[in-house]
Amino acid sequence: MNRDLTAILLGVVMGTLARFLMLRRDVRQYPSYPHSVVNHLALGFVAATLGAVAVPAIAAREFTAVTFLALAATQFREVRNMEREMLKSLEHSQLVSRGPDFIEGIARTFEARNYLVMLVAVTASGISFVSGSWLIGLATGVPVIFIARRLMKGRVIGDIARVRSARHRFEGPNIFVEDIHIMNLGLPEIRETYHRLARAAVLEPFDDNGREILANVGQRQAIAHDTATLLGIHRDVDTAEFTPLLRRNPESGRVAMLIVPIEPDEECLLEAIRNVPVLESARVKPLAAKAGKCASD
Amino acid sequence: MDVAIRKLILAAVTTGEGEVSGVPVFHAKDDEQKEFIATTLSRVLEAVAHDLGNGVYILVRH
Repeated sequence: MNRDLTAILLGVVMGTLARFLMLRRDVRQYPSYPHSVVNHLALGFVAATLGAVAVPAIAAREFTAVTFLALAATQFREVRNMEREMLKSLEHSQLVSRGPDFIEGIARTFEARNYLVMLVAVTASGISFVSGSWLIGLATGVPVIFIARRLMKGRVIGDIARVRSARHRFEGPNIFVEDIHIMNLGLPEIRETYHRLARAAVLEPFDDNGREILANVGQRQAIAHDTATLLGIHRDVDTAEFTPLLRRNPESGRVAMLIVPIEPDEECLLEAIRNVPVLESARVKPLAAKAGKCASD
Repeated sequence: MDVAIRKLILAAVTTGEGEVSGVPVFHAKDDEQKEFIATTLSRVLEAVAHDLGNGVYILVRH
């Protein structure tokens, strides 16, 4: 087999494999229906092919072939739009919605993953082509896959805040988690259910950066959605009272969460909250700026 | 820009006279009946019943 073909084949295989490995992380954030899996694997294959031909094409002085990469970028932006539209249209069927910030985050991730696939394919095929050995190409491609996965992992709530369980109490019709007011519940029957089944948690940010992340309403909606998905939610379409809520203490920046889960295990609740990804749109770093740092004293 | 009403008082349930105006008011003869009406309305309207503390329940769509 000639050198071009070996390099391209290796790039395509490594790129598609990279897409497959990145797909495994989606199970929790997004239902990986068999058809969705096929969609994304196919797009990953296309991305890998485009990446894999780049270096052999340049070597063959076929410079126009590289312009296909620009075409690919347009295509993958389409992927982002497709995901966004789909998740938005499914939003009405969710008992606890994801919220626009979470949807945007997921859509952006899907787009970015295709670029990573291209990166893996370009590296594997490029190195293999230049060195003339597919083994060296393989040896470079594998670490790139893992580096790419690691870089894209992002942070989770457990990294920015201490998550601990808390107690809820009623003051008349008002329900509190520690000192944070959650909501007003009029009906005694609903209050009774809360009294019996509700579970509460408090999220204490480690620093000012964490405080501002938890202040983001989209981030809190993402926490509510993920937790409700993992533990089940004691509500139906006609019982809006049981929507999980996260409210903030404006003085300390602590956030309290109240949920009526189907599975009442507190440790699992805390684990679910800790593993919610920090959304890109919520990520702010006031401590990196002079004013933010001096204000935090 | 989209302009939409996000929160809306759909109805009020009370045992008192003349405490509420401006929204559909349901008069109950006692507290038990007030709770029953509020529960039914909250299910039908997919709204949350809030207690204002003065004997009036309001049903709010969130």
